[in-house]
Amino acid sequence: MAERILDVKNLEINFHTYAGDVKAIRDVSFHLNKGETLAIVGESGSGKSVTTKSLMGLLANNAEVMGGSIMYHGKDILKNSEKQMQNIRGKEIAMIFQDPMTSLDPTMKIGQQIAEPLIKHKKIEKKKAWAQALDILKLVGITNAEERIKDYPHQFSGGQRQRIVIAIALVCYPEILIADEPTTALDVTIQAQILQLMKELQSKIETSIIFITHDLGVVAGMADRVAVMYAGQIVEYGTVDEIFYNPQHPYTWGLLNSMPTLTSTTLEAIPGTPPDLLDPPKGDAFAARNPYAMKIDVEQKPPFFKVSDTHYAATWLLHPDAPKVTPPKEIVRRHQLFAKMTAHESV
Amino acid sequence: MVEKRKKLLEVKHLKQYFNVGKSDEVKAVDDVSFDIYEGETFGLVGESGSGKTTTGRSIIHLYNPTDGQIIFDGKDISKMKSKEETLAFRRKMQMIFQDPYASLNPRMKIKDIVAEGIDIHHLVKNDAERSKKVEDLLELVGLNKDHSSRYPHEFSGGQRQRIGIARALAVQPKFIIADEPISALDVSIQAQVVNLLKELQQDRGLTYLFIAHDLSMVKYISDRIGVMHYGKLLEVGPSDEIYTHPLHDYTASLISAVPVPDPEYERNRKQIIYDPAGEIDHPENPRTLHEVVPERFVRCTDEELPMYQKRAAKFTK
Repeated sequence: MAERILDVKNLEINFHTYAGDVKAIRDVSFHLNKGETLAIVGESGSGKSVTTKSLMGLLANNAEVMGGSIMYHGKDILKNSEKQMQNIRGKEIAMIFQDPMTSLDPTMKIGQQIAEPLIKHKKIEKKKAWAQALDILKLVGITNAEERIKDYPHQFSGGQRQRIVIAIALVCYPEILIADEPTTALDVTIQAQILQLMKELQSKIETSIIFITHDLGVVAGMADRVAVMYAGQIVEYGTVDEIFYNPQHPYTWGLLNSMPTLTSTTLEAIPGTPPDLLDPPKGDAFAARNPYAMKIDVEQKPPFFKVSDTHYAATWLLHPDAPKVTPPKEIVRRHQLFAKMTAHESV
Repeated sequence: MVEKRKKLLEVKHLKQYFNVGKSDEVKAVDDVSFDIYEGETFGLVGESGSGKTTTGRSIIHLYNPTDGQIIFDGKDISKMKSKEETLAFRRKMQMIFQDPYASLNPRMKIKDIVAEGIDIHHLVKNDAERSKKVEDLLELVGLNKDHSSRYPHEFSGGQRQRIGIARALAVQPKFIIADEPISALDVSIQAQVVNLLKELQQDRGLTYLFIAHDLSMVKYISDRIGVMHYGKLLEVGPSDEIYTHPLHDYTASLISAVPVPDPEYERNRKQIIYDPAGEIDHPENPRTLHEVVPERFVRCTDEELPMYQKRAAKFTK
């Protein structure tokens, strides 16, 4: 069994607001294996960014962890002091943010920004740190790195800036890299380059990646495993093939169905909007938008049902007593593909 | 059948330069020509900085074109002189914007936002009629009519985009320019808005110019697609054909970069790298848009045309 580098258990986070407590994370558990890429997929407000901010100890002031634990190297990160977090942040757990335009300091040379974590964390003297910064700058594919290391962020394009952000995140060879929508602000061709770069670097420096995105196309290309979040909860998780070819939760069906593929002629949108987490629904949070919802979905929160050793889904449809339903056409097509794939493997 | 279609919009050799005559002159749109037929959706795709938004803004006459013609409904829009003409033109052509947070005035009630065009064009006689019209429009785009006295901040991104659509429809336009109308929205909401646009098109015979960088969505909504790069239109053709058999190398590279929600496909994906150096025109022999096969256009020189014809012949076999 793969080594678990990070283990999140029963995490609950509330945000205190004037209107009341927003229950942003509601009983979230997942783990990260060494060397893998775990993608967390969900819409805005589903809690994917809050989850990762809690891993970094970067929650907003009005956020409160109501329960749960985040075990990293046998210790609970949530119990760390700010000082202890400073030692982990950037060194052992690093983060790439969505917007490369705002995540760099416009008044600092990029060389200094890349060297800073080395000087702070590893107590490397400035000259050596700059030399290492140069190496990593070359590694992330900035041409003419010797000259450009002395440039400021505004002298780079969006794609180049994201490469620099990646360089900063990786310069300490972190054990865990959290990438929060790292390519959303970029053009598709640049996105493809950055994703390719992240894959290459992952194999070079053996880091584990938590990849947050709403783009299922990106997930399909990047992830080993996928967790689907909805309304502050994980509703389904499994290997990338299990989620894309054998999805079980109606929300995952809806997500896959609302994305155009090469052949699609109709798009089936998920009706309605996500629930208000000031007052989350009692049962399955997706019930109100779910055409397959049953009476029990409104009344009782579904537990995780096992689909395979690696694949779990929280939907009452998997209960032995549940009626058989026919998923949307596109999902049936995917299920058939999955059946073919697994049959092929067992031969 | 092709001859029967009526051209609603003709863009002829449109040039839109900024900072003309200065050292930092930008040729944002450089000699772009295309037609949009009545009732169709024309998709304009390209990366940021390709000039697709500028093209849209020139068409709705937010800029005075540096050169070239834009003929809408038989009239050259740059020749509009009187206020009445401009007003009549604006009634026929409306726009939906990218950012639903920035495009609605936060200090106006929804009913006033939606009715602004109705007021300007004096389309109703009294208040009761105005309210009725706004409520009808809100219901048409899938919102509750009780929402009309609320303010924009009370709505989600998807709802705001519906308000933007209702505002555009209020003056009963023929033609709508949708500039990245879904890129600020969540996946599940994107499909809702795109489906709404499609339904409205069928019911009201609207014509769309759909500007976006999301190729898969553009392909889904558009009948025909134009691909822009560095201010130039490189390829035009029916969306299915462009997507499955791109003729221009740039189009091929753009399509190869689109992530597809299919792990098996992604594992075998080969990204095509495009070298823009080949795009630079020789001053004596500039490239122009040539019809390679019926309905499919590629920007090339007379010498390059046979190569594209060969490519196209391979696909049609």
